[in-house]
Amino acid sequence: MFAADIRIATLEQLRAIGVGHVGGTMSICDLIACLYGGVMNINPANPKWEQRDRFIMSKGHAGPAMYSALALRGYFAYEELLTINRLGTRLPSHTDMNKTPGVDMTTGSLGQGFSSALGIAMGCRAKKLSNYVYVLLGDGECEEGQIWECAMFAPAKKLTNLIGFVDYNRLQICGTVEEVAGLKDIGGKFAAFGWHTVEVQDGNDVEQIMDAISQAKAVKDRPSMIILNTKKGKGCCFAEDVFNHNMVVSAENADRAIAQLKAYKETL
Amino acid sequence: MNIKVLKDNGLSKTEMRDIYAASLIEMIENGEPVMITDADLMRPIGILPYLKKYPENIFDCGIAESNMIGVACGLSAEGFIPFTHTFACFASRRVMDQVFMSGAYAKRNVKMVGSDPGICAGLNGGTHMAFEDVAMMRVVPEMTIVEPTDTVMLKNILPQIAHSYGMTYIRLCRTHTEEIYEEGSSFELGKAAMLRDGGDVTIIAAGREVVEAINAAKQLEEIGIEARVLDMFTIKPIDTEAVIRAAKDTGAIVTAENHNVIGGLGGAVAEVLAANMPAPVEMVGVKDVFGQVGSTETLKEYFGLTADDIAAAAKKAIARKNGSQ
Repeated sequence: MFAADIRIATLEQLRAIGVGHVGGTMSICDLIACLYGGVMNINPANPKWEQRDRFIMSKGHAGPAMYSALALRGYFAYEELLTINRLGTRLPSHTDMNKTPGVDMTTGSLGQGFSSALGIAMGCRAKKLSNYVYVLLGDGECEEGQIWECAMFAPAKKLTNLIGFVDYNRLQICGTVEEVAGLKDIGGKFAAFGWHTVEVQDGNDVEQIMDAISQAKAVKDRPSMIILNTKKGKGCCFAEDVFNHNMVVSAENADRAIAQLKAYKETL
Repeated sequence: MNIKVLKDNGLSKTEMRDIYAASLIEMIENGEPVMITDADLMRPIGILPYLKKYPENIFDCGIAESNMIGVACGLSAEGFIPFTHTFACFASRRVMDQVFMSGAYAKRNVKMVGSDPGICAGLNGGTHMAFEDVAMMRVVPEMTIVEPTDTVMLKNILPQIAHSYGMTYIRLCRTHTEEIYEEGSSFELGKAAMLRDGGDVTIIAAGREVVEAINAAKQLEEIGIEARVLDMFTIKPIDTEAVIRAAKDTGAIVTAENHNVIGGLGGAVAEVLAANMPAPVEMVGVKDVFGQVGSTETLKEYFGLTADDIAAAAKKAIARKNGSQ
């Protein structure tokens, strides 16, 4: 239900500006619903509450999905979502800690959010907080060399308060991640670096995601990386199975997709 | 600012890295939220002996500079004051996007040390010889760039850097330097230090070139030319007022830097003058060429960075005063 609301809110944002990263926001709405719908210990009235769990959207271009969750949880007014990408907005394409209440780190240049998340996890540990730091990577993002610097660092520094996710939707701008860059077996790679890894067969299934997070939390001696096998554009009728990385969003298409999602909600 | 200039220069007894390490450790001992990280160069910068004693504050990122900057930015998001270190070439050009986005754009507070800039890279040669680091950092909005001149200044300025919020690039030679200032001198970030006054020409220098500027001024004095010497240890934000005053009072400017003349101290001074008080400027620095292997002293001559070069430039600048040349 929350995931459908996030999809609807995201489509309302993209409808307002007429263009956006539909595919990679839709693919993660179920994860975002889990995190902001219960997993994360947060306080919307006090976005900088010291004890809170942190979330870093390393695939920063999926900002709109996060903004939807933040608005739905009351970090700011729902109507503000319609200001996305307007000059002076607090909601830019890529997540920005200095603009949006509830955003813990500025991201956008791929690979960098992961390093920041490691620093934040180290910092939380140094402050003896008992929280978790969550970070979301794109699969295409895993082509960045910096990702593998991070992959080596986190187990070496025993960052047990860190849980990562890969949105393994298998598509990037110019083709599949395997065609473009030979990227495969992401989980095996992280495991080889010493991570506890969990493969989620359907990364758009809330129950499976919740189960994977529980498994990750049960492991106390290593950081965990959860590989979410997702579908790019999931749940958005005009975006599934077409090029959907960054696409035009017509009012008509958005309305159709929103209507379908609302009808789907009725069946839940 | 309360500076006293030594009458005679000479190599420092302690090395810059000893002061660097001792100053940071003192801050940690005082309970300040300082974190020290490195990309496998803790030994050359003098931090390694402290690693075991302060495991909560000091850690090595390995040879992974991009991640080091990112981790530091994350630590800063949690309120820590991270100091990062690697050689100047890697501290600038290798991590530029991390410095820009995770650091400056995100308004983080990381103190990035780039050691052995320019000719200080010595026998590491052209691959490691950063003559472009200042230029790269200067175009990053809100970046502060400091090039400490000697151990006395370093000791005084490091706590100021730590307590001044924002991204800072610290250009640091690791070893012995020519001592310029008397023990106990104090400095102010963003304010040039005037080492001597004169009315004919102003030499604006930074880092290793400060001692050359002093020696050039002494040479010029012998032939009746009075040179003002400014130590512009804060390269950004540059002390605009001191630059304008120098042009007003002396009418001719020489800049001297261990860096490409494009985009560094010379460029910064010229920008200020062009907009406020046009005056002839002669730039002593590396003339847009790559580095070479050699000892620091040999390289100073090779690249034309000696007191003689500065004195010659001063004469040229003075000759240009009335638009005559």
